[in-house]
Parts: sequence; structure tokens; C-alpha cells
Amino acid sequence: MIAASVPIQRAHHAKLLVIDKNAWIIHAPRSSFADFLRRFDIVVANDAATLPASLAGFHAPTGEALEVRLAGSRSLDGDDVGHFVAIVFGPGDFRTRTENRLLPPRLRRGDRLALGPLCAIVERTLDHPRLVALRFEGSSASIWEGISQHGRPIQYAHVHTPLALWDVWTPIAGAPFAFEPPSAGFMLDWKTVASIREHGADFATITHAAGISSTGDDALDRRLPFDEPYRISAATAHALCRAKNNGGRIVAVGTTVVRALEHSALINGTVRAGAGIATQRIGAATPLRVVDAIVSGTHEPGTSHYELLRAFVDDATLRRAADELDARDYRTHEFGDSIFIERRLRCAARAKPAERLLAA
Amino acid sequence: MDTSYPTEIRQDILRGVRVAITGGTSGLGLTLVRECSARGAIVAFVARTRERVERVVREIAGSHGIVGDVAKKEDIHPIALQILARLGGVDVLVNNASSLGPTPLVLLADTECEAFEDALATNVLGPFRLTKALLGALAASARDGRGACVVNVSSDAAINPYPTWGAYGTSKAALHHMTRIWNEELIDEGVSFISVDPGDMDTPLHALAVPDADASALKRPETSARELVDRIEQALTDSGRTAVDASAMNLQNLADVA
Repeated sequence: MIAASVPIQRAHHAKLLVIDKNAWIIHAPRSSFADFLRRFDIVVANDAATLPASLAGFHAPTGEALEVRLAGSRSLDGDDVGHFVAIVFGPGDFRTRTENRLLPPRLRRGDRLALGPLCAIVERTLDHPRLVALRFEGSSASIWEGISQHGRPIQYAHVHTPLALWDVWTPIAGAPFAFEPPSAGFMLDWKTVASIREHGADFATITHAAGISSTGDDALDRRLPFDEPYRISAATAHALCRAKNNGGRIVAVGTTVVRALEHSALINGTVRAGAGIATQRIGAATPLRVVDAIVSGTHEPGTSHYELLRAFVDDATLRRAADELDARDYRTHEFGDSIFIERRLRCAARAKPAERLLAA
Repeated sequence: MDTSYPTEIRQDILRGVRVAITGGTSGLGLTLVRECSARGAIVAFVARTRERVERVVREIAGSHGIVGDVAKKEDIHPIALQILARLGGVDVLVNNASSLGPTPLVLLADTECEAFEDALATNVLGPFRLTKALLGALAASARDGRGACVVNVSSDAAINPYPTWGAYGTSKAALHHMTRIWNEELIDEGVSFISVDPGDMDTPLHALAVPDADASALKRPETSARELVDRIEQALTDSGRTAVDASAMNLQNLADVA
């Protein structure tokens, strides 16, 4: 595949590879996405806006420059903004691939990090020289102001120009709790949302604090995804229930939506309105209880995102799709093309009956 | 419009509603912050001058002050991010911040292009950008039954071609028309858009435009604010806000779903 290196969320020529429930592969323009929906389906997207989670500054004890990338939080409460899990890089910037970024100076508990107008304290180190738990000093208002004004979106070496916040907020972005963009949602402009409804399907959102997709460090990447808080509104829970009862499919836009909905259903088999923290990993052996199909970017084998796709379809089909993506010059990464995978029939048979899984 | 209903009912409609107001430290904006807060809304306001923002935060308990300039492209997302983070979303956006253009007022033919651009940046582009940045959250509020509404503060100068009000009048006409198009396009998303002419008020902006005006003959901004907030309440009701207190509604629905 080709790396998408220009930050255009909805390129006119964007493509969609569709794997239907019989494992047939279809190629289509992504603008025709809604044509693959049926009456009573529901499309569920993650409406988290992306934080400017990259904070440049220095390590107060040594004076060394560093970059802090906020990577995890414990809640979606705007007043609880003081505490983050963060990945710390040494001097340098996004033009250097993360794999080649320098380590930060040795970080110890209690170290102060001066990050523009913000001051963060290392609360704990987390068994890796780059990974720490941070606490920001100050009121929640001053922390939000500092992050808003000093932070930059996490950048990518494969995108040649610096990304601004408007590059990484999806059109439906709302609560600002994602650390990297829930980029599957880049395809959703308002015309597409209207088109979904015109096809007799429904549209709903959840908020899920999408974490960092990769760190450039194998040991850290194996720990991804971190725990991610999410929130499902009562209206969304009801809409999911309605779709399921009417025989519609639940179509998740992005891996984060799958993770949130399936986590919510783990608790007692129902998608519940309210807040939760997704802690589970989803892979080939995971029975999907709620989600019937996923729209996603294209992902490389070995990543946690690719592992999640294995819950939808067998490896042979995924390999066949990968060959097609290569052969037809699909573009990968955040601003690339998309895939639409409907869960295999055999997987559906493995799941529990729908009426037991979603409250009436 | 019927504004005769009792105050306690008005308070209930706005209770718990998350309102963002630009230009919130003087004139109509400041009285809107006061009026919405008094009716139980959770209010964030935006203004350019930190000292003024801090003064209003001290005056109005529970209000959230945000420093930023809606005329600057680079300020929009930091402003939107802070609104969304501190209110936990947004149900009502009031694009109130306005620029007169060149003062003292001059003929359009004598208006510098840059001054014309400045008026468009504050009065048209700023509201467009901020609305776009907050639209995801507004549509989510509508889907969640909270109602969602955008108010753009217009002027009779948007309709009538007053000499020397060229930059202001042109920009307000654009804002007025943009409001109508937004409303047509987003009706299915449940987000309503209102263009409001608050009248000639005794405000710093009016004093800049007409320094020798008889202030006693002008409308009090408090009166305009009450009328405008009544319109907001009506719009929320019309757009399907299903509960007096949306936070209580969510808890109730949570119990229903569980």
C-alpha cells in the first residue's frame, strides 16, 4: 500500500474495499459507502475530538528538551484533566520516525516537566523509560487553556506538513478526549450522514478516548491499546437496541467504536448507556456480541488495529484483502482509503442471540 | 412572541443547558452571560482581553471564561476545545462578538480593504468557523434530546443600506443569510439556527458608531438579552428538547436501558 502523506480527510478519489458476509471482495468509491447499508442498519461513530496531545518542553532537573505525548486518561470528565499516562521522547521532532527518536533523560518520580505554560509532575514511571503517569499543576481551567494553546496534534513522519487541529478533528468531533484522531471518521462529512438516513439507516455516536496507535517502540506497542474511557448516551443505546430489534446491522466506524460497544456488552451482555473504561483486547478469538460490521482505515498486520479486524473475518480473507489493497494501490494510514468488513456468518452463529444482548 | 409566562418556567427550560457566548465581557454579550446564568444555564463565554474575562468570571459564579479572538483562524479550535471540555459539550452557541469595521464610520468607498476584511473576519468567518468546529457536539446534543441551537446576532444594518455602515452592514447581511442556509441544511440534524436583531442598544459598540447618540433613547441591553434568551428557550423547545433537566433525563434513561 501507499502511505497517505497529505492531510486531506476526504479525498475525492478515496476508495473502499468491501468484504461482505460471504467473504466476497468488492471495490467501490468511498463516497458510495451508504449504498452498502440497508434499512434499519445503524452506523455508529466515535465523536471524540482530538487533543493537541504533543507538548514540547524540557526536563527541569537536567534542562534537556523533550516531547510529551499524552496517551491515556482515566475519565471523560473535563474537570478531571490533571492526570494522564504519557509517552516521552527526547530532543527532536516528528520529522524523525518515532522508531529513531532519542530516549528522554532518565525520568524519576517527582521530576518536573516544564511544558510551555504548563507544569507536569512525574507521578510514576511505568516500567519503560518512555512511559510515565503525569499530573499537571493548576486548575482544570488553566490546564485546558495550556493544552489548547501550547499543544500540537501528534504528528506523523509520513505526513510531510505539520498537522493543525482542524486537520485532525473529524466533521462530527465533539468532546475533546482522543489522543490521536479516530480517523475512520474522517470519511463522515454531513452529506454522508444525510445519505445514511436516506438509505433508511440510522446514525449515532459514542465518545471514546482513542489512544495512541503506535509508539515506535516494540515493547510499548505490545502494551497497546491502553485502557480507554468511553461514554455511550442513552439515545445511542436506545438507537442500537431499536436497530437490532428491527433486524438491522450495527456498523462501527473505527476500531474504537468496536472496543467500546463490545466492552459495554461484556459487563452483562447489554449495551448500556453510561461511562466505562475499555480494557479488553479484541482479536481472532474474540466473539463479537454487538457489532456486525466495521468501517476502518487499512492496517498493517501485527498492529492492534489489524488484530481487531481478525474478530470479523478469517485470516485467509484478510490476506486476500491485503493482496487486493496492494495490487490496487490503496492508500494506508490516517488519511488513506477505507475498508468495510461485514462479520462472517460463522462468527454470527457463535454470538449469543441478539435479544439477550441488547435490552429491549 | 409570548414572553408573558412566569419566570420560574423560563428558568426550568434553560436549567443545565450548556451555552457558549462570544464577546461575553461587554454590551449585549455580558448581559447574555448574566441572563443565561440566572436562568440556570452553564455558561462559557469568550473574549479577547484576559483581565476582562477574569473580571466577569469573578462577577458571575460558575461561569467559564475563555480568552480568544474569534476573528483569528488559529484561535478557533483552542476556543472550541475549551468550550467543549469545560461544559462537557455544548447545546447553544451564541455568535455575538462583532466588529463595526472602521471607526469613526466611513463611506464604503473610503473603507480600506483591510478594514473590510477585519469586519468579515469577526462577523462572518469567525461565526462560520466556530459553528463548524462545534457542529459535531451540537448535533450530538440534538440526538441526545437536549436540543441544539445556534444564535447569530445580526442587526437591522443587515437589511437596510445605511450609509457609512458598509463594512458592518455587509458582514451582518452575510451572517444573516448564512444563518438561514445553515438552518435549512441542518434541520434534519435537529440543530436550529436563529438570526436575531437585538435593536439599537446602549452598548460600547453603539457608542463607537454613534458617539453623540442620546443613550436614554436606546434600548437597554438587558432587555434585548431577555428577549434573545426567550428565543433560545423557544428554539430548544421546538427542536425537541425532551426534558427540563437533561442531566436528570440521562440518568433516567440510563436506568431504563439498564
